[in-house]
Amino acid sequence: METYIFILFATLAVAAAVGMITSRDTVNSALFLVLNLISVAGIFLLLKAQFLAVVQVLVYGGAIMVLFLFVIMLLNLSDEEQMLSKFSVRYAVGFFLGVIVLSQLLYAIASVTGTLPQIHPEMERVGTVESIGDALFTVYMLPVLVTAILLTAAVVGALLLAQRNISGKVDK
Amino acid sequence: MEMDWYLGLSAVLFTIGVIGVLTRKNAIVIFMCAELMLNSVNLTLVSFSAQLGDVHGQILVFFALCVAAAEAAVGLAIIIAIYRNNLTVDVTKINLLRW
Repeated sequence: METYIFILFATLAVAAAVGMITSRDTVNSALFLVLNLISVAGIFLLLKAQFLAVVQVLVYGGAIMVLFLFVIMLLNLSDEEQMLSKFSVRYAVGFFLGVIVLSQLLYAIASVTGTLPQIHPEMERVGTVESIGDALFTVYMLPVLVTAILLTAAVVGALLLAQRNISGKVDK
Repeated sequence: MEMDWYLGLSAVLFTIGVIGVLTRKNAIVIFMCAELMLNSVNLTLVSFSAQLGDVHGQILVFFALCVAAAEAAVGLAIIIAIYRNNLTVDVTKINLLRW
């Protein structure tokens, strides 16, 4: 049963990712990315990481993708020239380098295949909000606080960068 | 179920992200491909965490999510600023700093 669910989610994730990089419309790309992120959240659930599955849907599938869609609709982009219509060196080189990266990664995985264990039995307990919160607010207290500063700086920086006139001069 | 399949899926998703970054011209799509790559690395971390029964991998994924959110906010603001100046997000036409 678990295998079938994995195959379903994995197929969905890969198909959505391929759809994302091949679709002409930027909005379609963003929606394909949402589908991909939600199927990866399903795979997190299969790995018994409940907290991260929920956070993935909330933060990635919700907040970040809404930000992307807002920017896409704000900019009102015209369609990019279709990528698969004409062959060019750019696509050949990109595809070639992609194949090299994939073969290296799969080679590295193949060297450890069979030696990796199954899902750890303690994972039922480790993936819960309780155990992650326990680690976050005791051992990792300082990094959590630094993350708060990082997010504040990011919001201020985003506001500053997206301002109409950065130099402070008045528009004529 | 073996862990290899999760790692293999993560490798395939990462590669699709790499191919997208190398072939697309729209800056926003390139950005989304970077998110895809970050996410596939998260999948690797979670699968190793599940394999070892260790919470630290998931903590790392949590912080990676925070950095991804900050990166998305700043990056999209930069894209908006570039669009205001050049009226395009085509990375082949944004060549002010190109030698």
